[in-house]
Amino acid sequence: MSTTRDPHDTISRRSFLKLAGLGSLAIPAGSADASIWEAFFRKSFREMNRDEVGAMLERLERRYAEEHGYQLAVKVTGPLPGVKYGYGLDLSRCVGCRRCVYGCVQENNQSRDPQLHWITVLRFAKGEKWVNDLERADAYYHAEAVPEDGYFYMPVQCQHCEDSPCEKACPTKATWREPDGIVVIDYDWCIGCRFCMAACPYGARRFNWGEPGLPAAELNPDTHYLGNRPRPKGVVEKCSFCIQRVRENPGRYPACVEICPVGARKFGNLLDPASEIRYCIDNKRVFRLKEDLNTNPKFFYFFAT
Amino acid sequence: MRNFLAALRMVLQGNRFYYAWLGLLLALIALGIIAYLRQLEAGLIVTAMRDPVSWGFYISNFTFLVGVAAAAVLLVVPAYIYNFKPIKEIVLFGELLAVAAMVMCMLFVIVDMGHVDRLAHLLPVIGTMNFPSSLLAWDILALSGYLLINLFISFYALYKMAHSRDYSLSIIKPLIILSIPWAVSIHTVTAFLYNGLSSRPFWNASILAPRFLASAFCSGPAVMILIFQIVRRVSRIDIDNKALFKIAELIAYAMGINLFLFAAEFFKEFYSGSVHLAPMQYLYFGLHGHSPLVPWMWTAFLFNLCAFLIFLNPRSRQNFLTLNLACVLVIIGVYIEKGMGLVIPGFVPSTLGEIYDYSPSWVEKGVTVGIWALGALIYTLLLKFAMPVYTGALRFYAKD
Repeated sequence: MSTTRDPHDTISRRSFLKLAGLGSLAIPAGSADASIWEAFFRKSFREMNRDEVGAMLERLERRYAEEHGYQLAVKVTGPLPGVKYGYGLDLSRCVGCRRCVYGCVQENNQSRDPQLHWITVLRFAKGEKWVNDLERADAYYHAEAVPEDGYFYMPVQCQHCEDSPCEKACPTKATWREPDGIVVIDYDWCIGCRFCMAACPYGARRFNWGEPGLPAAELNPDTHYLGNRPRPKGVVEKCSFCIQRVRENPGRYPACVEICPVGARKFGNLLDPASEIRYCIDNKRVFRLKEDLNTNPKFFYFFAT
Repeated sequence: MRNFLAALRMVLQGNRFYYAWLGLLLALIALGIIAYLRQLEAGLIVTAMRDPVSWGFYISNFTFLVGVAAAAVLLVVPAYIYNFKPIKEIVLFGELLAVAAMVMCMLFVIVDMGHVDRLAHLLPVIGTMNFPSSLLAWDILALSGYLLINLFISFYALYKMAHSRDYSLSIIKPLIILSIPWAVSIHTVTAFLYNGLSSRPFWNASILAPRFLASAFCSGPAVMILIFQIVRRVSRIDIDNKALFKIAELIAYAMGINLFLFAAEFFKEFYSGSVHLAPMQYLYFGLHGHSPLVPWMWTAFLFNLCAFLIFLNPRSRQNFLTLNLACVLVIIGVYIEKGMGLVIPGFVPSTLGEIYDYSPSWVEKGVTVGIWALGALIYTLLLKFAMPVYTGALRFYAKD
């Protein structure tokens, strides 16, 4: 462990390891201690008992500290009883500023370089048909100021479907729906086959094509195992309704809800008749994206005016 | 051990062309390995795939090769069901081709993975296989089962032959019969892999699986026709012309069905003109000015059509010049159609309407060439061993 390593040396050794069929165990041979093998032969997250989860979290935190210099806490807070999360988005308020996009990046430790966003904000020209014809939307508008005349905006992120095509598609059960309705990914179980991306109707899943660039100084150290802990390259990730925030008791809003300057985003417990999400559903003209696909999202769009 | 050495000697000996061929393949494999190491180091970012188009060249090749593997064994149908003698004798080479193609298929899936070290998570029992829900899990079982069946049949037959013994039909016949629906199933399951995704209108068409089979039945046998002619030239194995012409006839039917199904799909999309038309438009006419695949698709269509006409006419399919030309046309045509022409329009436009023009990067091309070379090497070595066993030139010494 104490041997100082020349980065070039580790690269060639790594290549050798890979050639030998050990795959991309991102650990140089010189420091091979038991934890590598524990990590390699671990069970899937849902099959672990409390002790095994504890050992794994400790291992993870140590690895983050050693490899990236991230000092962070990884928690595994479980779902709160009697809660099913729902999300509302007021299309008549959204101005397309994309503060949510960058707020999400910061909160959830997305890669800065290469850039990776969980929220896509689509721009539509007013007066065109749109919900079924997303081809007319523009995800890369470069406006001097928003809102622009003649346009409206529709942010899209993981819709946390009740019948999620991604969960059905995943060959290793690395993604699933939690009892509180949040669709999560175990980033240490995902094999990176990207079948879920092919299956997702909302383009919500994002793949780490390269090594995520996340400077330790920009890290949000309050992390959840199934949410915003730093991800390795080669795995799929996505919005988790800020699982690290909403599962606190009392729960906090997801970062995008908190940061939205016009209050277009609503969030709450679908099972609580007094929650604001229930108010929206009961009183607004609510619709869900691609309803015809029967994915049954828990993400509701509406027009407040 | 002695037998193994005898086999090894057989495989390693050959004329200058043979060594040149092996040398070429080894060089290409080395190229593939270098490209793959580069990809492992940097991640899949060295490919041209991105979030909107998350599968590309690797999966395209995989899809095409599943068809080749399936079709190679479907030749068993005329051989065993109708007892058509000339083909029956050459089934073995089809099975060996299926073995090589299956290995290549699996490699294409493996190089496409973001985390190869977690390959075990895919396996039943060891990992947590999402069976029966995930079609990818089905595909893994179907493909590996198929590989095992073909390995067993061909090696059992070769083993018995090498000991100058007759193989027992009671063992092999049920397996051969089993391999027929299994061949259909590997291609169907692979088609369902795409077919089951409701978010991708281009794939979510009920015609997809039948079209898959029809096109596979064109490309696989075309590969076989070319290989049989090589086998006939380099060994003393006698392959009846009748067998080749019969296979050519089968291709004509299959291509007829393939073209008909294509026309049906074309009609449905363009006549109804719904928003689901977009991927088809992207393929054949370009969409919003994006048209990288248009020339390819029309080439594929023309090639398939020409080949169909050649195969259809008994005179041109029984002339080796035109027959071979048609085989090459079919292989290229189906490779484009069932490769990039199938995978890419599933992603373009993306589910949020984005158009991303994908074309494979150098690393992807390098890895792909490497895998094809490895497949060719495997098949060459298998043939080199199987041919003398088949003709009786190579015999093992029994242990007793």
